[in-house]
Amino acid sequence: MDTARSDNPPRIIRWPGSGLLGQLLLWGMVAACFLSLPWTMGEVAVQGGSRPRYQASNLQLALLPPSWSGLSVPERELISRESSQGAYVPGLVFGTDRLGRDFFARCLMGGTISLAIGFAAALLSVVIGTLYGAISGWKGGRLDAILMRIVDILFGLPYILLVVLLSVAVDGYMQRQGAQLSGAARQTVNVLTLLIAIGAVSWLAMARVIRGQVLSLRERPFIEAARAGGIPVHRQLARHLLPNLMGPVIVYATLAVPAAILSESFLSFLGIGVQEPLPSWGNLASSGLTELNTVKSRWWLLLWPCLLIGVTLLALNFLGDHLKDRFDPVRSNP
Amino acid sequence: MTSAHQNPSPGIESPGHVPDGPLLEVEGLKTHFPVRRGLLQRVVDHVRAVDGVSFDIQRGETLGLVGESGCGKTTVGRTILRLIEATAGSVRYEGDSVFDMGAADMRSIRRKMQIIFQDPAGSLNPRMRVGRIVGEPLEVHGIARGDELRERVEALLERCGLWKQAADRYPHEFSGGQRQRIGIARALALEPKLIVCDEPTSALDVSIQSQILNLLADLQEDYGLSYLFISHDMAVIHHVCDRIAVMLDGKIVEEGGRDEIIEQPSHEYTRALLSAVPEADPRRKKKRLVYEGMRM
Repeated sequence: MDTARSDNPPRIIRWPGSGLLGQLLLWGMVAACFLSLPWTMGEVAVQGGSRPRYQASNLQLALLPPSWSGLSVPERELISRESSQGAYVPGLVFGTDRLGRDFFARCLMGGTISLAIGFAAALLSVVIGTLYGAISGWKGGRLDAILMRIVDILFGLPYILLVVLLSVAVDGYMQRQGAQLSGAARQTVNVLTLLIAIGAVSWLAMARVIRGQVLSLRERPFIEAARAGGIPVHRQLARHLLPNLMGPVIVYATLAVPAAILSESFLSFLGIGVQEPLPSWGNLASSGLTELNTVKSRWWLLLWPCLLIGVTLLALNFLGDHLKDRFDPVRSNP
Repeated sequence: MTSAHQNPSPGIESPGHVPDGPLLEVEGLKTHFPVRRGLLQRVVDHVRAVDGVSFDIQRGETLGLVGESGCGKTTVGRTILRLIEATAGSVRYEGDSVFDMGAADMRSIRRKMQIIFQDPAGSLNPRMRVGRIVGEPLEVHGIARGDELRERVEALLERCGLWKQAADRYPHEFSGGQRQRIGIARALALEPKLIVCDEPTSALDVSIQSQILNLLADLQEDYGLSYLFISHDMAVIHHVCDRIAVMLDGKIVEEGGRDEIIEQPSHEYTRALLSAVPEADPRRKKKRLVYEGMRM
């Protein structure tokens, strides 16, 4: 009996509520960012017109700390003077940034963009990876060998390089097309480029995982039974192969989202990703870092984006590990 | 049972074949697997899994194909059904060459030749309900749909010793023997004339084995089925087969009527296989024969 037990992989002790906690945190974050969009994008009156809240600024009120951490007397006087003059007073829950913008609204807007890029890029990489891996595993033989060597080569290339090349190429193309593009359209193209670049370089691991799964499923008797029953190939793939791939696909997708968010934040942090004035957690953290100095530390500008990225990644990893356990037949049936 | 079982569907029979010839003729069948190596997957060698096998199966007859694991008997079954492409040789079903058939003819031949697998768990899609598993071939071949499909599936399940409600359950909710019954119901759904039974009992308890063997025998009687019964178990082969072919290293070394092979085996290897059948009475010690090159 003991020898039979030792065949099982060691059970990783994991707090059973981690999956639930991960879900709660994740959906809480998603809801906060996306449901607040009407508020963060809502127009507010500023000097000389109106701007969306995440862009609205009052330079007089720049770099104020969060109101609950204690404002100094001159700061308080400044705020009341501005508000009595009818100027725009940004919310002070998270403090304000160098341009006097509501940092809370910017963090929410940045979260929307980071999460959207994360989910969309992960979806893209899952779709590409699943198709590529499934073709490779199903066809097998020489095609499989060629496709997998291509993956090996792509794995060897630094993905940052590919992303930079892609964004530079798109940027250059847009410049040559002229300036008829409005700011909003330019921002959209910028975000889309980033999304496609991240999605297009992160499907490699997925393709390998799926290929392995397909290789083992293809030899299972129930696929053979389907062939013996004269079931057409497309139906074999759709009804017999794909449903049995859902486990690894879901697990990988959950783990691909944090990876994509991290890539986006990292690229934005380096200045290649989401461009100002559009916020993302990455470029917020990046600009927060420059405000961190020994003379006067504006800690709130670095803390909030980093905290939000951290919590989101943790939640997604909790959820991913939980799903991985659930879809692993050995672990789910002890 | 369903009336359709008694009426062989018209239109499948092509003119020109000999109506009372053997149901299946296998001639000089060879299946070699390439061994690939290196970056370009160049073929460096071949595994000769089946190397020149010939036999006939008559209507309503059971031919036993016996041999050790790795002798190629499973590959023979798979090759006949074109689940694996043959390297050489021919398979004729009612006189029509199976390997030369186009997609349309192949679809109709799939209805006539079915297979029951060794591993009852692995041969059922874990994410499909039993009703779908059994009914899918009927649906795909346009034989039945909707309520009629449901009725046919329920009838098949009951014929195979299960119950109607089994259709709404998933394979993992059944025991090994019940899963094998589901596999048999699926094979039976298309009303085949030949069923390749690929070690259908070797994954089951001895007590369940006889139930499955009896079910197969009953079905044979009811529907006039022919079986190619593949097994390594001489006792099982003896129980179910009319004729026996003994396979060794991809070739048939001996073929004949059941009693002839069991009583007077002419090949050394057959004698060795027979001596490996366990004896129920422990006081009767048998001498175990060993054939050179046997995989024990």
